Amino acid sequence: MRATCKVYFSMFRIRFVHNLQYRAVVLGSILKGFFWALMEILGYLAIYRVGGDLLPMELSATVTYVWAHQSLIVLFSVVFGDEEIYSAIRTGEVAYDLTRPVSIYGRWFCQAASNRLSFTLINCLPVLALGAMLPKPYGLTLPASVSQLLMTAVSLMLAFGVTVATAMLMYFSLFYLISQRGIKIIVRITTSFFSGGVIPLPFFPKTLQRVVTLLPFGSMQNVPLQILCGSLSGPEAVRSIGLQVFWLTALVFAGWFAMGHATKKVVAFGG
Amino acid sequence: MRLYWNYFLMEFKSQMQYKVSFFLTMTGQFLTAFTSFLGIRFLFDKISGVDDFSYGQVLLCFSVVMMSFSIGELAGGGLATFPGLLRNGELDRILVRPRSIILQIIMPNMDFSRLGLLLQAIIVLGIAIPVSGVVWTWKKALVFCLMVACGSVVFFCLFLLVAAFAFFTVQSLDFLNIFTYGMRAFGKYPFSVYGEAVLKVLTFVIPLALIQYYPLLYLLDRETGFWFMAAPLLSLLFVIPCRWFYRFGLRHYQSTGS
Repeated sequence: MRATCKVYFSMFRIRFVHNLQYRAVVLGSILKGFFWALMEILGYLAIYRVGGDLLPMELSATVTYVWAHQSLIVLFSVVFGDEEIYSAIRTGEVAYDLTRPVSIYGRWFCQAASNRLSFTLINCLPVLALGAMLPKPYGLTLPASVSQLLMTAVSLMLAFGVTVATAMLMYFSLFYLISQRGIKIIVRITTSFFSGGVIPLPFFPKTLQRVVTLLPFGSMQNVPLQILCGSLSGPEAVRSIGLQVFWLTALVFAGWFAMGHATKKVVAFGG
Repeated sequence: MRLYWNYFLMEFKSQMQYKVSFFLTMTGQFLTAFTSFLGIRFLFDKISGVDDFSYGQVLLCFSVVMMSFSIGELAGGGLATFPGLLRNGELDRILVRPRSIILQIIMPNMDFSRLGLLLQAIIVLGIAIPVSGVVWTWKKALVFCLMVACGSVVFFCLFLLVAAFAFFTVQSLDFLNIFTYGMRAFGKYPFSVYGEAVLKVLTFVIPLALIQYYPLLYLLDRETGFWFMAAPLLSLLFVIPCRWFYRFGLRHYQSTGS
């Protein structure tokens, strides 16, 4: 067990150091995240100027949501540049991966998680810090209580797990489907939209919102972001975290099962 | 010219070979635009407008920008391969051929699945026209066509500009995406709602407000001046600095060697 942990940890370290190499690129993505969030907030400010009291979320909550969403966008994307995994499936190199003494599920799960985590730590968290420094209508509001902060942290980790577990299901589906690009775009759009990546879920029509919240999409970024900005609290927040635990377990089991099915008969393309 | 046409045809045929793959990608592109449309739809279920623009007028902006973007990206999206070509030295091979460099890069990299965006933008236009409150005349229809046509040119220039930056950085810069993909997202509202400063930048630096906000005022009869009508044509001036920058980059180019 300790040896496996060490393997996984060194995978993360390699990724982290690699991402630090291109400083101009890092600075570029920080600036992009910052201005992107700022533009989105300016748009929301205009909307709230007209119909502020008609909307289900407070202005400051929405602004906080936008900042957190923008800085954690990579952490919570089901589809991200996991080129190693895609090309392993595409080229048939996966046959070689299968012979390694580390389970392919654990290996890919860690690889996908460390790709996202290291990118987020370097490129995105500075955006959150910049957002916290801005004055009132534009800036991010920090959680008011320790319990809120704690719940955000717990649900953040669970949401991250749900996101990567969903990505794993997608990888195994690529064993059967050859059009990687089409699948990737469709998965990216649907997961982002239904997890609150285009507009926060409270802005959805009531019935649709209720359905989506129960689906795995609702257990992704939606929960931690809503707890952070204060639109989800108390027993309701606890229930949402419980649902996250359920989906995480269910998706990991489903992924494990899919892996068994997909790798039982690997048909590698040529060589 | 025939050469480029052959390139074009060849690319089209080869993409059509993988029909399932092509339609899946196109569906994905369609959904990209469709979800942002739904985002607007859901928001405007609760509110009546943004500043003094109604739901229909916002949709009009959305479809103009989306159409311009999809045409501009269909033509210029291939330029995104530029940093890659620089890094592996492929560009040197292109440079020695006695044909236009830009066209040699664009033609084999046309991605027809991007028509999915255009399709969705046209559907949104169909929804927007009856509810936008625009009284259409021939002149206005012409202005509208100019908005889309000049907008496509501006987006194409933006893709060229982003590609030309790679001459200096070799890596592609994420930041510049804010002017391409970002503007596709933010173009859903008239640019004036983002405040004075943003509007100024989008008028004088990146002339996207000239194809969206100013002519929109003309379409809505809020302004009748000639300049509001001709604003899209003014945006074409953007071609000059972009072309100059690209030339400058090309002169500056030293092969990465291999």
